[in-house]
Amino acid sequence: MHHIDVSRVLRGAVCELYSNLVTRPTGAAVRTAIEALLAERNPPTITTIDFSHVNLLDFSCADEIVAKLLLSHVDADVHDRYVCFRGMREDHLDAVEAVLEHRALALVWDRDGWPELLGRVDADERRHWDAVRSGGPVWAPTVARTLGNTAADAEARLTQLWRRRLLMRQDNGFVVPRGVGGVAA
Amino acid sequence: MTTVINIPPSLDEQSFEHVIEQLAPLPPDQKVLFDARHARWSSPFGLTALLCAAQSRTERATFAVPEHPDTVSYWARTGFFRHAAELFELHGHVPRPREGHDSDVLLEITPVTQSDDVHTVVGRIQQKAADILHGQLHLETAATMGFGMTLSEACQNIVEHAGQGGWVAVQTYSFRRRLGRRVVVIAVCDAGVGFRQSLESSPGHTRDDRWGDGRALESAVVHAVSRFRHGDAGRGQGLAGIRRYVSRWDGKLSVRSGTARIALVPSWDEDEPMRERLPAFPGAQVQIMIPERLAGDPAPAARSRGSERAGERSDGRSK
Repeated sequence: MHHIDVSRVLRGAVCELYSNLVTRPTGAAVRTAIEALLAERNPPTITTIDFSHVNLLDFSCADEIVAKLLLSHVDADVHDRYVCFRGMREDHLDAVEAVLEHRALALVWDRDGWPELLGRVDADERRHWDAVRSGGPVWAPTVARTLGNTAADAEARLTQLWRRRLLMRQDNGFVVPRGVGGVAA
Repeated sequence: MTTVINIPPSLDEQSFEHVIEQLAPLPPDQKVLFDARHARWSSPFGLTALLCAAQSRTERATFAVPEHPDTVSYWARTGFFRHAAELFELHGHVPRPREGHDSDVLLEITPVTQSDDVHTVVGRIQQKAADILHGQLHLETAATMGFGMTLSEACQNIVEHAGQGGWVAVQTYSFRRRLGRRVVVIAVCDAGVGFRQSLESSPGHTRDDRWGDGRALESAVVHAVSRFRHGDAGRGQGLAGIRRYVSRWDGKLSVRSGTARIALVPSWDEDEPMRERLPAFPGAQVQIMIPERLAGDPAPAARSRGSERAGERSDGRSK
């Protein structure tokens, strides 16, 4: 598990004096720097993208950093890379939620030490994700029994969530990716 | 021959239309004199739009400064004359701005040309915005951070779409005429290409018989269409975010571009949502107005997100 402090990346990649994530060029520069850090690590990886020290995050930066980072993971051939998010305040969430909704994306974020989903997920996806969070690691038949549907349906839903990088598939079943609150990377 | 453009005694977004009506018929190289001698007050929109009016002239215009000492002093404190001196030939006495800033001026008139300017604007306003929005206008802390985001996105419209620099200013003032409350106002004005031409430059743009400045504004402000959408589906969210912020805090957003003007009109105002076939003025002029909150006002709509509902997590754990 790895940890990336976004404000540190901002100061290193764009300007030492900046504490606000505003403008598209800034967001693109920060995302590029984060992608370079991620590329240094061999999968399987779970990386926590930490916004704790970010002051202001506008929609343009939320789109450039969060949405495009998620898109690159969803589209990737290597499926064993996961990112989750932490340190997002209410006003950060306004911007992040807007761009996730716009692009039909979702993410896992650490809310006071507890994983939550944010973004576009339908009710059925959410029920399956909740079942894994509560009981994981868990395979589809167990989730199906919990939710009262067929194992095939559960398998399809869980696989869909895995492809969206909202669940991990491990040797012992599906599990919610959990981040770290570490100090630096 | 010089044509005199009369500046209304009270210059705001509405009365600036009288300035445009006088300017629109004139060729850009016509020598003009902006006569502000009898002006007594201006909103940040009026002052930034005046600078844009000067930008739109190929022949350097003359500007007769307000005669009233309070007016000229206040305009000096907003930074107006510092920028106007570069664009106009100033006639009249311009006082040196006093040291120490006016408490009503959250952000002096500031040029916006490139992305770094947006960082400067947002960084400069943050602490003062928090003090005034929360302390004086009684807005919640969430409104302060959203204010910075809104300011950032409004300024980025200039950088990404105008094709030339523009101006931003933020002030608070008492808006007694319509509302009877204090308001905070962001004005972001440029004399660039405007929304219609910006959208027409998109590779995916198609036009029909109804296409014009009004449709362009509707596309950008209401439907979040951006000229960059063809290659990047995430574009166009800035104005949508501004719209959400303004709506959440019962504010007003208006955007004028070319010959049209669109407004998101709150219940306390009686403006027209769309006006077309106005006299032409280049670029885009944006005004965002957020009113003071008073005791007894309904709380802004709470946002439910993710799996949380009614104060509970989806796993049943209380927050």
